[in-house]
Amino acid sequence: MKNTYRTQKIAFSLLFLATLLIVIPVGLIVVIIIQKGLPAINWQFLSDIPRQGMRAGGIFPAIVGTIYLVTGAIIFALPIGLLAAIYLSEYSKDNLLTRLIKLAIVNLAGVPSVVYGLFGLAIFVVFFKFGASILSGSLTLGIMILPVIITTSREALESVPYSFREVSLSLGASKWQTIRHIVLPNAVPGILTGTILGLGRAAGETAPILFTVAAFYLPRLPGSIFDQAMALPYHLYVISTQVPNVDEKIRYGTAFVLLSLVLFMNLVAIIIRYQFRKKKKW
Amino acid sequence: MVNSVRNVKFEIIGLNVWFGPVHALKQISIGIQANEILTAIGPSNSGKTTFLRMLNRLNDLNQDFKMAGVVKLEQEDVKNIDTESLRKRVGMVFALPLPLPLSIFDNVAYGVRMHGEKNEKILSELVEVSLKEAYLWKEVKDRLNESAFKLSGGQQQRLCIARTLAVEPEVILFDEPCSGLDPISTAKVEDAMVKLKQKYTIVLVTNNVKQAARVGDMTAFFLNGELIELDRTDKIFNAPADKRTDGYVRGEFG
Repeated sequence: MKNTYRTQKIAFSLLFLATLLIVIPVGLIVVIIIQKGLPAINWQFLSDIPRQGMRAGGIFPAIVGTIYLVTGAIIFALPIGLLAAIYLSEYSKDNLLTRLIKLAIVNLAGVPSVVYGLFGLAIFVVFFKFGASILSGSLTLGIMILPVIITTSREALESVPYSFREVSLSLGASKWQTIRHIVLPNAVPGILTGTILGLGRAAGETAPILFTVAAFYLPRLPGSIFDQAMALPYHLYVISTQVPNVDEKIRYGTAFVLLSLVLFMNLVAIIIRYQFRKKKKW
Repeated sequence: MVNSVRNVKFEIIGLNVWFGPVHALKQISIGIQANEILTAIGPSNSGKTTFLRMLNRLNDLNQDFKMAGVVKLEQEDVKNIDTESLRKRVGMVFALPLPLPLSIFDNVAYGVRMHGEKNEKILSELVEVSLKEAYLWKEVKDRLNESAFKLSGGQQQRLCIARTLAVEPEVILFDEPCSGLDPISTAKVEDAMVKLKQKYTIVLVTNNVKQAARVGDMTAFFLNGELIELDRTDKIFNAPADKRTDGYVRGEFG
């Protein structure tokens, strides 16, 4: 009896320790980034262009570049991803083609991000002759986040009870009317959440933009979608490894801005989900 | 003889239904008279709900569904009627109260809106008439814009009836409409059904044998996918021809 109790206590401690080990690095990352990055944050840092070979000035072009890239990625990925999700959840029959499509999506999610970068270089930069540009980078990021958007949208659509569809159809509504008026409105929050999570991922990735858009140093704002642009993750890589003697404050300040941007998007996703749960009517 | 002079609404001839390997309905033939209540009784898995869902082709949604035989609505094979118009003519009330996640008003107006009616005045008149027909108007007339989920179970089920009525169907299918309701709500729904048969043809599937006896004109007894007996309701309950029918209505098996 006593022995069992001791074994249980040891097991419990081990489990607790393992859990703690997860929290520690996350906490440390956040604390260090805030501690070292926060002092760099001021209006000039956020709104000025980089100066003196990126050793002074601000990171405004990188912030703007990241926002452009993320926006472009979503303009491309959301419609395609959502339409694919509607097809898969509402129209597709369980056959070889459907299984093939689902397999492709799973594999797309598993492709390392640097491979997307290379793919983007080959297809958009070289083959379609978009060059290294916001367009190429957005499309590459868009393809990268497609699986996230398709999967979460599908889950959101499938979580709308089947009985609602039956009721709508039984009243003589067509299949598309049912999707449009009953299924989609109730899946919107889930779709948005997935989209924002995809955005967070797109904002933080370096590899896909490395060959397709990112400018080493471009102290002005991009003028069109065919321009190169700076972007936060790549800028961070550059000032951390490629440029000597960059003040630590600027490096951590950049990391802080990037982290805040991603965490902010995740926070928005959480709030939307929370609001939805509160309003959920069935 | 009495039946032949009346109006046949539905005619089902030699109907067989399969879901994958399961033979759910075997060689069913039934005529359904206009302005009558046909009740379908039988233990669970006897095929009565499958039969009901044949009449508005809701079984078509099942990927494994296969059928043989003919279902005719006023002489016309339902296979030749597109599902939207068929379901407009043949409404359905489900076993559980299933309001759509919309307001009370929008629930009732949903079907008509989907059929293209945009005039708000016509819609609000229709909503009022339909809610009155389902005996719900007095209880909800001041809260039409509230979510339909705020209503009680019995009110929700009457809302579902009103929603079906608003489409102005010819036939209404009830699939165990009272299985989730208390006795008082059940009585209200039953009242509504009996009054509705003046305007509509009604097919009621029920697990409640007494309910079938209370509201039915004709009663069909299903067992294991077969139609065992079809006759006037009083005959089924007082002098059934088949001993299995007799056993079931006496509650000897369920």
